[in-house]
Amino acid sequence: MTETSATARDAAPPRPLWQVLLIRPEMMTLILLLVGIFAGSQLSEFFLDTDYILKSFTLSAEFAMVALVLTLVIIAGEIDLSPAANMALSACLFAWVQAAGVPLPLAVLVGLGAGLAMGALNGALVIGLQIPSIIVTIGTLILYRGLAQIIAGDKSIRVPESFVGINDVMVAGIPLPVILFCLLALVLGLLLGTTIFGRQIYLVGTNEVAARHAGVRSARIRMILFLMMGLVSAVAGLMTASRLGSVRYDLGLGGELQMVLMAMLGGTYIFGGRGTILGTFLAAWLLVIVTTGMIVANVLPAWQLCVLGLLLIVSIIATNLIYSRTQR
Amino acid sequence: MDSGSNPVLLSARGIAKQFAGVEVLSDVSLDLRRGEIHALLGENGAGKSTFAKIIAGVHRPTRGTLVLNGQEVDIANPIVAQRLGITLIHQEPISFPDLSVAENLVLGRDAGAPLARVPWARMLAEARATMGLLGVSIDVTRPMRGLSIADQQMVEIARALASDSRLILMDEPTAPLTPKEVATLFTIARRLRDEGRTVIFISHRLEEVRALCDRVTIFRDGRKVATEPTAALADADIIRLMIGRPLKEYLHKTKTQVGDVALKVTGLTRPGLFRDISFQVRRGEVVGLAGLVGAGRTDVAQAIFGIAPAEQGSIEVAGRPVRIPDPAAAIALGLAFVPEDRAQAGIFRSLPVDQNITAAVPRRIAPVLFIRRAVERALAVEAVKRLRIRLATLRQPIGELSGGNQQKAILSRWLLTDPQVLILDEPTRGIDIGVKAEFYDRIGELAADGRAILLISSELPELLALCDRILVMSEGRLTAELPRAQATQEAIMQAAVPRLQGVAA
Amino acid sequence: MTGWRSLLLRRETGIAVMIVLFCLAVGAVKPQFLTLNSLRIILLLTPLILIGAMGQMLVIVARHVDLSIGSILGLTAMVAGMMFRYAPEVPWPLAFPLAIGLGAVLGLVNGALVTLFRLPAIIVTLGTLSLYRGMTFIISDAKQIDRQYVPSALKAMSQTSPVFGIPWIIFIAFGVALLTWWFAMHTRIGRQVFALGSNPVAAPLRGINVTRVTLTVFAISGALSGLAGIMYASRWGFVNPSNTGNGFEFQVIAAVVIGGVSINGGVGTVPGVVLGVLLLGCVSAALPLLGIPGTTQSAIYGAVILIALVIDRMVRMQGRTRGTQRAGA
Repeated sequence: MTETSATARDAAPPRPLWQVLLIRPEMMTLILLLVGIFAGSQLSEFFLDTDYILKSFTLSAEFAMVALVLTLVIIAGEIDLSPAANMALSACLFAWVQAAGVPLPLAVLVGLGAGLAMGALNGALVIGLQIPSIIVTIGTLILYRGLAQIIAGDKSIRVPESFVGINDVMVAGIPLPVILFCLLALVLGLLLGTTIFGRQIYLVGTNEVAARHAGVRSARIRMILFLMMGLVSAVAGLMTASRLGSVRYDLGLGGELQMVLMAMLGGTYIFGGRGTILGTFLAAWLLVIVTTGMIVANVLPAWQLCVLGLLLIVSIIATNLIYSRTQR
Repeated sequence: MDSGSNPVLLSARGIAKQFAGVEVLSDVSLDLRRGEIHALLGENGAGKSTFAKIIAGVHRPTRGTLVLNGQEVDIANPIVAQRLGITLIHQEPISFPDLSVAENLVLGRDAGAPLARVPWARMLAEARATMGLLGVSIDVTRPMRGLSIADQQMVEIARALASDSRLILMDEPTAPLTPKEVATLFTIARRLRDEGRTVIFISHRLEEVRALCDRVTIFRDGRKVATEPTAALADADIIRLMIGRPLKEYLHKTKTQVGDVALKVTGLTRPGLFRDISFQVRRGEVVGLAGLVGAGRTDVAQAIFGIAPAEQGSIEVAGRPVRIPDPAAAIALGLAFVPEDRAQAGIFRSLPVDQNITAAVPRRIAPVLFIRRAVERALAVEAVKRLRIRLATLRQPIGELSGGNQQKAILSRWLLTDPQVLILDEPTRGIDIGVKAEFYDRIGELAADGRAILLISSELPELLALCDRILVMSEGRLTAELPRAQATQEAIMQAAVPRLQGVAA
Repeated sequence: MTGWRSLLLRRETGIAVMIVLFCLAVGAVKPQFLTLNSLRIILLLTPLILIGAMGQMLVIVARHVDLSIGSILGLTAMVAGMMFRYAPEVPWPLAFPLAIGLGAVLGLVNGALVTLFRLPAIIVTLGTLSLYRGMTFIISDAKQIDRQYVPSALKAMSQTSPVFGIPWIIFIAFGVALLTWWFAMHTRIGRQVFALGSNPVAAPLRGINVTRVTLTVFAISGALSGLAGIMYASRWGFVNPSNTGNGFEFQVIAAVVIGGVSINGGVGTVPGVVLGVLLLGCVSAALPLLGIPGTTQSAIYGAVILIALVIDRMVRMQGRTRGTQRAGA
């Protein structure tokens, strides 16, 4: 690979089609995924049991859905570290107003509205006041989690029976969260890959100044992305509440790591402008395979934390290397 | 002042420099003597700043050698230059805005272990002494942030003094200064000379050069055309040498039918950048906008296009008053703008050529919801054919194309919007001669099509060959409007060079 | 008179005034807040944050951020705790160099990833946050180091006092602040940290070794987190693999941002950060007195960070318009 890409650089001419198709970060994700499945199947026959894998995936589906939208945010050159805290606050608000007697559908709307509002606050600070999203969302991460703690205290709030058990709902033998994740991936994949909105996300992330010169309304696009982020976080929060049957302020704690990890592992470029929904989609499955594999292999949860951290660092290094090799 | 017999400090031999295959400086040999103030003159892009930057270690020459005090030196970077006693004072000073003035003076020449103590007391005392020498009263303990450009420049000069430089290069130092500050600067420059140091002074202002400099070297098209004592050259000679090439044989554009007013601006003002700009451009007309770098031409263009809107004044497009808050609005009104800085504001480096070409016409490639790849491809293919863009495939990242082909792709992006008013900002900068000629043909065709064109350029022959009228800006104001018949290089330069108000001679 | 000092002074004066106003307001409702005893409580709340904030300040001044300090604190505290438990024959003060050295190494890993691979510090330290926390679980086998293993001499440092009834731990924290002030203002490399954050493009042009400066600030941040780890064992008397240091980074970043350190790099003073830490300490001490549950603390930190960011941004915007006007005039 080194040799071919070196000649490609000198002549600055077409890279062969196979290279364009194959040397890209999503391929790394796909290969790792296949390796993971193979290794897992050697480890335990559980791995050949699709039901088991799907069930495991429901545990990560919420984070994975957020990671899909986060991919768009990162491609646009921004970042959002607050979604896990947003999940907790939306879910706590939902459970709290519901416990206070608000009818269930209305309570759901409150939860979703809260998520949108949180996304709007992030967007307003980043776009309106032009404060870097990295630091803004660290601040709102603490704020949102703190507000959830105020609402819920140290106790857990029960969720009504009728709302519990989204993970047990099966559609054609597949758990509903998995279906939702796949649907969202499909929709966002089409949005990013085939619409003008998606195209303009790449333009903004590649060169924001040039994008504005070309008539792209960059502020509006980034604001919409933060709003989408807020909404999907709230949805994920409610799904988690439904799965767990109760809500605590520490719902989804530390989830931002997994979300960023899925996006990075899927080959999204941390400096913006590059990445695909397919990559994040594959990475979500890869991550589930890895964590499930570790559980099956009786690896301590502690090791899992280490592995996640290492994976994050290794995946950004690898992604940066691949991009700097193939396209400058 | 006769410095003709002084020993040579620095000798440049056959210096040449290429950027991305384009030769911007060829075979320059020049001796700089001790105790002289030496002017470098030339049009924008003539190579004088590049030459200065090579001496200061910012760029390395592609060919040629530098000999300092009889010894060949390799000035690999600015730190080496500093160590050799060479300081470049940038037009826009490089500084550390959060550090104190005194620290900005010493940074880069202070030595010692990382944990060595910073001698604040001594540093402050020395900084005050240096400032005293310059006769400026800047509190050396305050941070650089918030200092006026003039004061920042004084700090830069003080830095050169404090580091005991033998060769001080000043790149257009007077541009942001008031006459009084210019006078101070001149006094200092003379004192430096009298101490036996060498000062290189880059300027557009002939009066200043005449008042200050012992010798002048004139650059044109990347070559040195003359080095003479200032007194030996009349102003007319200098101007002739600067622009003196015979007009290149571009096809003068065919006379086109001039139609209605397409763009009219009245009283555009943005404090600090430009004031009271009024002009109009008719359909079928090419109007040039000339001026020196920093005269405010690009700012006016950006204001019209909604990138940084003006604070006062009005814009009419096709006779209707309009408000243009952002580029999207400008595009909707049929305006197009090819920016000067291609890398920063033009191309999407890592994205494929076709996506770069169609970036400004989302509606055309996606009439309903989804992008139609076939339509996009067809548009791009046609653009590539029409402008003869040389590339391997449309899926190639645009960053892999040559500068000229990138620029063609940007132009084709705007042609797709079918603009009624086309603003071109230095469209041929950094482009090979052959491709330039293609651009000129294209501009002529576009005007013949009935489009209004506003052409910003620093290349006078280009303006003279292409434009029906030429507007000249100087220091944020329109100073002349020359119809084709009256436009000469001399007349443009006259209007472009800022009027000096009483420099102490 | 618009000198540098008076300008910075104003920033710090602002925080000081906020502290006084806050204390007076709380004191008006609960007079016992204005007693020496509550000052003692405030001071006892602050040492860990103060130590961490000194390192974080340098990192942020250099235009980076270190999210992993809480995990470094946890890991170093755990290593020290295990030394107490499994090697009681080793003299306990050796835990200091052990924890500080280990912290410095962990910080160097962050710095190396940031400079060698040119990765954004926030992602790198998000990764090491998880990595170091995981290592804490692994080495401890997820077991807490209980009170009986932590040497009483170490615990005493948080209670006994050389003078005025002020415990050792507070002297150590303010000693660190003093050293950091010296480092930041009076050493060459300290000033280079500020230069790098102020203009990263120009820094190498003026001979600043960017790699060395970056490694140094991350190493200091790690080392001080290590010191904070020991202090944690002293202050609380136990080390828990999941709680110890968890969320520490947020308290520290809050204090640093309140203290006037600009996230755009180049700006920050030790006195400002000390005052920022004290302000947070006052808030924490006042909450229980006012009957406000401790659960509100995190939200207050978050809100305070955002307010500080907005103020910082406003100040900057104002400064910029003034600057262009002058340049244009």
